Amino acid sequence: MSERIVELEVLRFNPETDAEPRFQRYSVPCMNEWVVLDALNHVKEAIDPTLSYRWSCHMAVCGSCGMMINGEPKLACKAFLRAYDGVIRVEPLANFPIQRDLVTVIDDFITKLKRVKPYLVPKSDQPVEAGEFRQTPAELKRYKQYTLCINCMLCYAACPEYALVPKFIGPAAISLAHRYNEDSRDGGREERQQEIASGEGVWECSFVGACSEVCPEHVDPAGALQQVKIRSTVDWYQEHLMPWSKK
Amino acid sequence: MRPELKIALVSKVYPMRSHTCAAEGGAAGVIKSDDSMDHHFHDTVGGGDWLSDQDAVDFFIREAPKELLQLEHWGCPWSREPNGSVAVRPFGGMKKQRTWFAADKSGFHILHTLFQTSLKFPSIQRFDEYYVTDLVVDDGRCCGFTAIEMRSGQIKFFRANAVIIASGGAGRMFPFTTNGAIKTGDGMALAYRAGVPLKDMEFVQYHPTGLPNTGTLLTEACRGEGGILVNKNGRRFLQDYGMGPETPVGQPVLKTMELGPRDRVSQAFWHEQKKGNMVPTRWGDCMMLDLRHLGEKKIDERLPLVRDMATSYLGVDPVTDPVPVRPVVHYMMGGIDTDIRAATSLAGLYAAGECACVSINGANRLGSNSLTELLVFGRRAAISAIEYLDGGTAVANETAVTAGADAAQARLRELFNRSGGGETIAGLRKEMMATMEEHAGIYRSGEGLEQACSTLAGLRRRYASIELHDKTNVYNTDLLQALELGAMLDCAEAVTVSALARRESRGAHQRLDFTARDDTTYLRHSLASYRNAGPPAIGYSDVVITRSPPGVRDYSGEQK
Ligand SMILES: Cc1cc2nc3c(=O)[nH]c(=O)nc-3n(C[C@H](O)[C@H](O)[C@H](O)COP(=O)(O)OP(=O)(O)OC[C@H]3O[C@@H](n4cnc5c(N)ncnc54)[C@H](O)[C@@H]3O)c2cc1C
Ligand code: SF4
Ligand code: FES
Repeated sequence: MSERIVELEVLRFNPETDAEPRFQRYSVPCMNEWVVLDALNHVKEAIDPTLSYRWSCHMAVCGSCGMMINGEPKLACKAFLRAYDGVIRVEPLANFPIQRDLVTVIDDFITKLKRVKPYLVPKSDQPVEAGEFRQTPAELKRYKQYTLCINCMLCYAACPEYALVPKFIGPAAISLAHRYNEDSRDGGREERQQEIASGEGVWECSFVGACSEVCPEHVDPAGALQQVKIRSTVDWYQEHLMPWSKK
Repeated sequence: MRPELKIALVSKVYPMRSHTCAAEGGAAGVIKSDDSMDHHFHDTVGGGDWLSDQDAVDFFIREAPKELLQLEHWGCPWSREPNGSVAVRPFGGMKKQRTWFAADKSGFHILHTLFQTSLKFPSIQRFDEYYVTDLVVDDGRCCGFTAIEMRSGQIKFFRANAVIIASGGAGRMFPFTTNGAIKTGDGMALAYRAGVPLKDMEFVQYHPTGLPNTGTLLTEACRGEGGILVNKNGRRFLQDYGMGPETPVGQPVLKTMELGPRDRVSQAFWHEQKKGNMVPTRWGDCMMLDLRHLGEKKIDERLPLVRDMATSYLGVDPVTDPVPVRPVVHYMMGGIDTDIRAATSLAGLYAAGECACVSINGANRLGSNSLTELLVFGRRAAISAIEYLDGGTAVANETAVTAGADAAQARLRELFNRSGGGETIAGLRKEMMATMEEHAGIYRSGEGLEQACSTLAGLRRRYASIELHDKTNVYNTDLLQALELGAMLDCAEAVTVSALARRESRGAHQRLDFTARDDTTYLRHSLASYRNAGPPAIGYSDVVITRSPPGVRDYSGEQK
């Protein structure tokens, strides 16, 4: 069995006892196929029970374990130790306030998510008894990718705009709005548009693309933002230059 | 819709982190023309080794398609047929294709659809990251509960006339499990300590194909799509355990061979392991899941997550190599005793989902029935709770209720302030897991179970003197883990004591010393009732049999 000692440098902060964050070193005996989360679990179990962080699924689907690992936003359950050598620095997700240790306050994201109405606003009023809305595989494909968001917020931690302008609705929430907009069963685009095509919405984005780079689910939020921009521009022209073209 | 209702949605994690997100395969519900309610009924009852309540199963299968359609109307991205109708796939133990799926992230999409849809109802107020510690009971009625707000450490009292528990399973009692860290049986323990029995707790389902190192599940759809299981000699050994004859590779036949039920497949593994026919790996003995004949295109199209998991967590690419897998604890058939209305014996308390036992799953749940169960009985619990509230609840003695909440708070404070105990959470947890693995696993014996019962009784005693290392308030996961351990120990004892009392083999409960099913004595649900000092008292209740008398579970290919 290949085992090695990994040095972790973990940000610690307890608002009750610490004036400011500090780093704590742990030497952790690790298996080769471990991820950073396994190393943290070992710390919690065998070295320091006071360390706090979020996790549950250990399979990159619950979205709990986002953190900065050597400065990059990652899921701790998908950050393989074999990809690192030397000391591994583990910090809470950037751009969110620290609640304690690696746990951040994510109220901002939760509020924004709600604002973009991430639910189906059915185009037609069809009772459930009438059966399913038909949707071809091609129609499904149009939005499928954007349904894969696990709300891990790595994209917010990577986004330079969000760092500068916290009121920016941000990549994941806009992608989810776009997901419903593109759903053939949905008729709610106009309602969502008020939020996502506003100044705090897509126009805040300077298209750096960092969000898509870090997204563990390949949602491609940057692509969604770009599409929303194009659609919004078309809307604008239709409204202002070609008012007759609106039904 | 009843906008005047005040609904608190309380969860120890943000709701979209709930472990439902991990379910890959899908949810069963009859929609195709070659299928029928009767088929689903018989698959479920037979799969459950006749321990399911047949009136509940009938209700369940009738409601199932409606709930899945409701999700469709809420936007769930179900996979589709070319003509735009919902697609279904085959699943272990189901004779017809009736499993609705959303690629290989079915549970994830169900959960996110429900969560996102919930955002449009202003009457639902969420309390994210609140850990529920105790139910408050007065005069035989549930009057609310207490919960720790994680971000402040404060204990809050929720005064509610009706409470629905939907807290999920308890797989974390075992060391190898597909269950996430949050599945610690909290809700089961809440109800149990409040006097509601835990039903059929001895039935713990193993999933045959977990990754040997992390327990991560490779969905049954692997086999549904045509994957095969072989031993170290390359033999598809399931044919030697009543699930043959061998079917052509890559052409799975429903309900036989690799699509046999989970309990049988896991048991076959155990026997092969004893015979030395398994493949030794650095993570222990494994069987091999071979998907290579499906080809890269199909694997990427139908099983992308499986490829991703095996490649990243194990370093094995199923396109080029067979993947070592082993049975891992997956699902609790047992749970909070409810009736067909999702009501418990405690007025005002309801339960639904994996934490509850209605029972539709009997001695062995069929894959893809439980996601549907959440939907069907989740709704049923809500309707029952509303009916109960509409019926007018008697005036409670508010002083007594508040005193109950205060007592819960005092117990927590005592745990917080305790010092000098010397027992550690991690230490006790390890011992619990080892005991469960050794004595309450795929095969059990009277002797082993007695040993487990006494070990667990000891652990529960020692638990009374654990000491917290972390005595601060904000997001104290040391405290959380201590409380979760307490819940798991109670559930674990209910499992082993119930298992010891059931001197027969049925479904997921297999005794080496009582190898046959015994319908004369044990065609009954076990009921474990909490006792403060000492192990639970075990009682029994009748199984409801309406139209399918107990028969033989036959998973050989011959009868069809
Ligand atoms: C890997 C995997 C794959 C699966 N695949 C399938 C499949 O393909 N088809 C199928 O039908 N079934 C499948 N299952 C089973 C099925 O997914 C589960 O039985 C089901 O999702 C459980 O849902 P639940 O709502 O009961 O619990 P969960 O989804 O676990 O939710 C429980 C909720 O209760 C909260 N909670 C728990 N304790 C407390 C507390 N003390 N205080 C506050 N909140 C609390 C949690 O935070 C969480 O929000 C699978 C299971 C696993 C593990
Ligand atoms: S878009 Fe990607 S990175 Fe952003 S929250 Fe969703 S899954 Fe995470
Ligand atoms: S633990 Fe669930 S995403 Fe990492």
